[in-house]
Amino acid sequence: MPLHERQVPDLKIKISVNDRAFDVEISAGETLLDLLRRLGFKSVKHGCDTGNCGACTVLLDGRPVASCLILAPQVDGSTILTVEGLAICGKQLHPVQEAFIETGAPQCGFCTPGMIMTAVSLLSENPDPTRDEIRHGIAGNICRCSGYVKVVDAIESAAKKLCDRDAGHDE
Amino acid sequence: MTNKADLRVVSRRLPKVDAGAIVKGAPHYTLDMVPAGALYAKVLRSPHAHARIKSIECDRAMDVPGVMLVLTHEDVPRVPFTTAGQNFPEPSPYDTVMLDNKVRLVGDRVAVVVATDELTAERGCKLLEVDYEVLPVVMDARDAIREGAPIIHDETDSQGIHDAGSNLAARVEVEVGDVEKGFSQADQVFEHTYSVHYVQHVTMEPHVCFSYLDSSNRLVIVTATQVPFHVRRIVARVNQVPISRIRVIKPRIGGGFGGKQEIILEDLCAHLTLRTGKPVVMELKRDEEFYCGRTRHPQYVTFKTGLTRDGTIIANEMRVMANTGAYGSHGLTVPSNTGSKSLPLYKSPNLRYVADVAYTNLPVAGAMRGYGAPQGYFGLESHMDEIAHSLGMDPLEFRRKNLVKQGDTDPIAAKLGEGKEGFERTIRTCGLDECIELASRAVPGSGDTPSGIPYDRKKRAVGFAVCMHGTGIPGDDMAGATIKVNEDGSFNLLIGATDLGTGSDTVLAQMAAEVLGVGLEDIIVYSSDTDSTPFDVGAYGSSTTYVSGTAVVQAAEKVRERLKEVALELMGDDAGDMGFDHGFFVSSSGRRIHVKEAALKSFYGEDKQQIAESASFMTVDCPPPFCACFVEVEIDLDTGRVRVIDIASAVDLGRAINPTLAEGQIVGSVAMGIGYALSEEMTFSDSGKMLNASLMDYKVPASVDLPDIKAFLVETDEPSGPFGVKSVGEICVDNVAPAIANAIYNATGVRLRQLPFTPERVLNALKEAGV
Repeated sequence: MPLHERQVPDLKIKISVNDRAFDVEISAGETLLDLLRRLGFKSVKHGCDTGNCGACTVLLDGRPVASCLILAPQVDGSTILTVEGLAICGKQLHPVQEAFIETGAPQCGFCTPGMIMTAVSLLSENPDPTRDEIRHGIAGNICRCSGYVKVVDAIESAAKKLCDRDAGHDE
Repeated sequence: MTNKADLRVVSRRLPKVDAGAIVKGAPHYTLDMVPAGALYAKVLRSPHAHARIKSIECDRAMDVPGVMLVLTHEDVPRVPFTTAGQNFPEPSPYDTVMLDNKVRLVGDRVAVVVATDELTAERGCKLLEVDYEVLPVVMDARDAIREGAPIIHDETDSQGIHDAGSNLAARVEVEVGDVEKGFSQADQVFEHTYSVHYVQHVTMEPHVCFSYLDSSNRLVIVTATQVPFHVRRIVARVNQVPISRIRVIKPRIGGGFGGKQEIILEDLCAHLTLRTGKPVVMELKRDEEFYCGRTRHPQYVTFKTGLTRDGTIIANEMRVMANTGAYGSHGLTVPSNTGSKSLPLYKSPNLRYVADVAYTNLPVAGAMRGYGAPQGYFGLESHMDEIAHSLGMDPLEFRRKNLVKQGDTDPIAAKLGEGKEGFERTIRTCGLDECIELASRAVPGSGDTPSGIPYDRKKRAVGFAVCMHGTGIPGDDMAGATIKVNEDGSFNLLIGATDLGTGSDTVLAQMAAEVLGVGLEDIIVYSSDTDSTPFDVGAYGSSTTYVSGTAVVQAAEKVRERLKEVALELMGDDAGDMGFDHGFFVSSSGRRIHVKEAALKSFYGEDKQQIAESASFMTVDCPPPFCACFVEVEIDLDTGRVRVIDIASAVDLGRAINPTLAEGQIVGSVAMGIGYALSEEMTFSDSGKMLNASLMDYKVPASVDLPDIKAFLVETDEPSGPFGVKSVGEICVDNVAPAIANAIYNATGVRLRQLPFTPERVLNALKEAGV
């Protein structure tokens, strides 16, 4: 019998999404993707539901994951960041978001939230990536519109912005 | 024509009007807006490629708590229609009904279950008991038209099928001059056949829609569509309700590429809302996208070309055998376009085009970026390369000798229109020479030994292909635009044109802003809502910037004239001949009144009025853009793997309204072309079931599979286009595959005539040739 057809008592978990605490009831078969969308975080997209397209990428305790492959019961006590929570203090766009706008990276925009979250994670691990390293970093996020050139441009530009910002903080 | 130096908003690299919302993850796609409590409709899909439904037992499904409704073919109106979103009457056969007693492909609709939620609807589907009479299957177009093949459309009420008894959905035959006579006069004749395969759009957002009844009992359909007005008309007809009772809203769309120029869900979703009175949501999951979305027509393309001794083409014949799958959506017009887009590229006094379009029990073909042209150009540009090599001529010189040029007429355009006769066309602008120059210089070829591996097991070479496309569908496309003035000198731009991620909202707003002398931020774009935006055929045929753009420019000019009257009034006697200078009305004495001041006064001056103007545009013109693609490939002789090392595409697009967005169109098209050539292929079992219906197994190019694709814009200032535009959205996908084929030939001496060039296929060809 498929998991979702079994009679499993409803579970309750505590998670933090974009610095907001949630105490939510979930069903055993619910994915993190479905849970986030149910909580109103609609930037997290159903692209394939099999972990192949990256449109549902979020940061789970700082690491990028395909939220369609994570079951909600697995994330009890976790901290999640989606693109809705990326803007600083909810207003000032994150440098990666700014760079995506300036370079014209988004076309239809459906892959963009997941792509941005992957880029944020990439730049936190490798603040000064080569174009090749960027291409490898976003290999799990499919974009059908752009051919990736302006996406790589955007992440390159964001790296520079972040570097300049951090240099400013040091002074 | 406008002097480019005078432009303030057009020709600028401005951010897309929706970019801010996109990067913030705004809930602006269809599935983000589904009302709470909407019922979920799930279609039970056929496991058989060809079968008659003998009975469907629904009781067990109906007993599931939460299942509200189960419908089969016995419960719904039977109105044959086409899912192709085209002008009325559609040139595609009416061979589809909402639910049928026969299934014609794996994934065809069998029944629908409506439930309180997705899981319950799925459970209901699993409990339906269907008794099928399984029928023989045909999968290849050439087999389908042979005598004795299983007849796929044996129903009696379909309309517009060319010859259902022979599985022929459509047939096209046109001739200019006398091709047989041309062949008899030729010094040499070459004939080659090429074959192209099944691929899919793979929009990141799958098809999705929801519908509900509003407080006036009108049916509202919110859908990810390229064609909201065609959706309204077709849903009305199929459900037998007046058009006036339906409102179609198109939110932001997560990619289209032609796949959403189809009514795949809306007919049934609307029916379920009418039936239940409740909001209903329907979507395709990714595997359903592959099984029952739309695809690019597989074709066999044969070229036969007669030449004089000096390499001048005097007769050119193109014969196509196309596979439309189980239904004939775009079945006549895509194969028509295969000929009409590619044959005119090379001048010849004698031209003939013949296409047969067969039904099979495989996924349904339809509109897909390029609309038949990539199939035709894979044949044509491989064939021309083959001829040049056979003649011992330089492939570029051979093409230059025969290519169409500025001032030439295109005789095929007059004979071959949108499923009927077309319109004569003269090439007013052609920047192909410059395109070739730019793209060839950008891909000089490395010729280097790839590091670390013995050079003789990896070969590199450069190849190229050229092409032309169209701009809109002449005599068919029509677009409206309405512009409404606000008190602060901002303007509402209401357009039926549908931005599918192409950036059309932005470029149309840039045009309006330019004409009105205001900034892009002063234009508030709204697209598309059949209740409040004017008609537009929709986003297809590379038409929006040219056709909808002209409507926008004309509406903006009318509004500017009305505001000028207000300014004249304000200036009184000293107005004289009024000029317009970037937002200012200027009197002969030099007095200046800004558009924004005139706007405010139009509401609160002496003569109070709401200034709003509409315009609509259609044309029989179809100026062709031109494109050259140069590519360097590397072939691994041990594995057969082909890698694109370097690639450039240069396009004469007339004028780029927004160069950044135009480059995005070019690079995206080239990426799609590389996928078509190298990695994407829908494969099927002997019983017609797709074997790789997931993004794990169907290989769309990822970032690591592509080089930095180079894009070049060539501006020729087309006199018939607004601000000189032609088109850019489709053309660059047309010539990628033949450019790669020609490069592989240059590297290995092996000619590949069957797409895609997967390692297995390439390795077999290399072995056969003894390379």
